[in-house]
Parts: sequence; structure tokens; C-alpha cells
Amino acid sequence: MANDSLDIIRRSATTTQPPDERRHLEVAKLIDVSTCIGCKACQSACMEWNDLREEVDSTLGSYDNPRDLTAASWNVIRYAEVPTGNGGLEWLMRKDNCMHCADPGCLKACPAPGAIVQYSNGIVDFQQENCIGCGYCISGCPFNIPRFGPTDHKVYKCTLCSDRVAVGLEPACVKACPTGALQFGTKDQMKDYAEQRIADLKERGYQKAGLYDPPGVGGTHAMYVLQHADQPSLYSGLPDDPSISAWVSLWKGPAKPIAAALLGLVALGSLFHYILKGPADVTRESEEAVEDEERP
Amino acid sequence: MTRNPRDLPRHTVEQRFVHWMNALSVILLALSGLALFHPYFWPLVHLFGGGTWTRILHPFIGLFMVVFFAALFVMFWSDNLIDAADREWLRHIDEMADGNDQNMPEEGKYNGGQKLLFWAFTLCIALLLVSGICMWRAYFNLPDTLVRVAATVHAAVAALMIALVIGHVYTGIWVRGTFRAMWYGSVTRPWAWQHHRAWYRRVARR
Repeated sequence: MANDSLDIIRRSATTTQPPDERRHLEVAKLIDVSTCIGCKACQSACMEWNDLREEVDSTLGSYDNPRDLTAASWNVIRYAEVPTGNGGLEWLMRKDNCMHCADPGCLKACPAPGAIVQYSNGIVDFQQENCIGCGYCISGCPFNIPRFGPTDHKVYKCTLCSDRVAVGLEPACVKACPTGALQFGTKDQMKDYAEQRIADLKERGYQKAGLYDPPGVGGTHAMYVLQHADQPSLYSGLPDDPSISAWVSLWKGPAKPIAAALLGLVALGSLFHYILKGPADVTRESEEAVEDEERP
Repeated sequence: MTRNPRDLPRHTVEQRFVHWMNALSVILLALSGLALFHPYFWPLVHLFGGGTWTRILHPFIGLFMVVFFAALFVMFWSDNLIDAADREWLRHIDEMADGNDQNMPEEGKYNGGQKLLFWAFTLCIALLLVSGICMWRAYFNLPDTLVRVAATVHAAVAALMIALVIGHVYTGIWVRGTFRAMWYGSVTRPWAWQHHRAWYRRVARR
């Protein structure tokens, strides 16, 4: 949804500069997986605020429910059972949702002007009324987040409750979290808060605890505090070092001007060839040769 | 209108029909594909009823073209096998482009350039079909890496294909007397003598 109180700093398939005068603070959601109890209050709050109703599915034999993100489930908690070296088990829960990258692969891949925008507070938002349903954003995303609507063929994902944030509220999931595992504020505030949490975790023996704010996508506006920040993939396949795929960068980067230049050169080259050389006409000699051939 | 009865028939009505169905498809595919490829070309979506309609139609037009290209392939492939004279022709292609055809070998129904273009179109369309299917999110949901490679290949091959089509149209305009071979199917005898002498010798004797 377009939000007048938020400026758009980046807009898909747009080659001119967006409005740049007003300054907003960058916001961020901090997800402290070490204090998450897997209650799914965040999932319920998201459904309620965004008027989403997932279809009831069958159980997978785990707590994952729904089993994956869908067009109607914009966040899910993923439960990973990770064996520790000494015969024990760690139950690692991660709330999975859009990371709101500073350098969003979805926006880069999108061919429809204004279907994906980035607000100056860092939120990346899909504007379904401009979406054409090609699904390029799905290929662009390094986190496997956007989901195709099965009937409308529009793509959906977490908005970080841009409508709530625009009027000074925290996202619905943060509001609902009973343990404080979800925090929301400016990105700097969240980094400061994360530092306290990481110091606490280190004190309790998690020497590799750290903040997940991956530089490969310019940092994110949803960040994790991880007990094992050296192995993000332990958390149900969180990418260790995410970045926009080189194929997408080529396709949406140099390929565009190179292809446009090639076509322009061929068209202009043809025109100038005609101007320089003129048509390849049938010569007088050919006409005479045919006349000679056919003389009885 | 009565044309010269001594003109040589070059393409049958079936061949011409299939050719023009391909031509129509490739124009629509280029316009809709470019619109989805680069923001500069985005306004072309209005020819197709907007962005969403462009996205819906493009793959179906693609399949339509594949059907007609398959038919074209069946009709034309045996005339497009490259032989020694074609290789000789291709060695002198720069002289031809310069407007001097004195050193060009006697060519059969198609010259080396036309034959090369035929096989290039065949390869392009095969690649576009496979990569296009991989990108077709409305019906397929394939692994991310495959779709990313497919998207890049689709864009690169399509750009090459459009360039070849421009070249194909231009050479038809440049070599005067050629367009009619595909419009109403016949060419004049001097045209055949000059550009496809081996073919002329074969068909003019009959």
C-alpha cells in the first residue's frame, strides 16, 4: 500500500531518481532467537493485522505450522533439532520472514515500475496493484521469501507492517511477542540492544553468539541474534553469506545496456549500410545472361 | 494482376504462410519481451493491454511460435544443409556486405548466410523455449538457481535473436527483388541468376 508519510527511496524498474529530500531514521526488527519460545504469537498477530487466513494443512510431524511461507503466511517459525557433540540436542527456533535488505534482490529483479519499493526507513514493500505476476522477485531474493498467490499470481511477503510503522506503531508480530524476543526500533537502537544480548549469551557459554546483519545484501532491516552466529545455516538453512546471485546481477545489470546497445547498433548499422552501399540490385549483366540463356 | 509467367516459383503458399506466422509471432514476442526486459521498453506493455496481460500473453505467443517454427523447420531444413559452396560463400561474406558479389560462388536455393541464419534461429528458439519454460512461474516452480540461469540465458539469446531478425529483414530489403519471394512466392529469372545461380540452373531448365 502506498504510504504518504513514508518516502520511497528506491522503486523497481525505474531509471530516474526518486524523492530524496526528507530524512527518515532507518528502522529494524530484531529477532533474538535465544529468547524465542516458539509460541507463534507473531504468526497469529501477522494474520490478524494483515487479514490473512492460511488454509488448514496436515501436520509434518514437527512444530512447523504452516510448514512454509505462503502468500497467506508472511512469517513462520522454523524449528530445527540440532544434535550437539556430546549426545545432546539443541532446539533452535527461528522466525522466518522478509529481511528487508538494504540492497533488495527482489526489487532489482522486478520489471514492473513501482511494484516493489523501498521506503527511506528501510522497509521493502510489494505493491500488489502494480505487480504483473512474473515472479522475477522470487528469483531475485537470496532468502527465498516472496510467495506467489496461487490464484491471483501476485507476490506477497512481510511488509514489516509498513502501515503501522508509518504511524509510529511497532509491527504486529513485535507487539504480540510475549518474551521480548522481538524488538523494534531504529536500526542503531537495535544494534545496541543486540550487543547487550550477545554479551549475555557469551557469558552463558555461547562464545560464537553474534548479530546477523549480512553485509552481502548491504545489511538488513530484520536482524537476528544467533547463539551460533558462525553457523547461520544451523537455523533451518539461514544463508551463511547471502548476496544477490551473480546471474541476477548480470541479467539485471550489464545485460540490459549491452542488449539495448546491440539492438540499436544493428538497426542503425543496417540503416547506414543502405545509405553507404545502396541496394544490391540485379545487374544489367544478369539480365543479359538470362536473355542469352533463353535464346533458342 | 498478371505477373511475368516466366518468373520462377520460389516458395509455396504453405511455406509462406508458416513463415509469416513466425514473423508475426517474433514481432509480438520481441515487443512484449523487451517490455519485460528493460524499463526503457516498458511502455510497450500498452500494446498488449498492460503489464499483467503482457506477462500472461508472452509465453503463450512463444508456444504458438514454437509450433509454427517446428512446421517451418520440417519444410526448410533439407534446403539448409551447409555444403562446400556455402563455406566458400561465408569466407567472402565481407565482400558481399561491401556490395561486391563478383567472387561469390554459385549458390543453390539458399546461400551460406541464409543457411547459417536458419540454424542460428533454430538454436535460439530451442534455447528460448527451454529457458522460457523454466521462467514460467504461473505453471512451473523450479529451483532458484535454474530459474536465474534461465532468465539470463533467455534475455541474452532473445537479444541475439532480435538482432538476427533485424539483420534478416534488412538483407531482404537490401537485396532488391527478394521480398516478393516470401510475399507472393516468385522471383525474376535475372534475380535467381545473380544470387542463386546453381538453383537457377536447376529450376530454369524444367
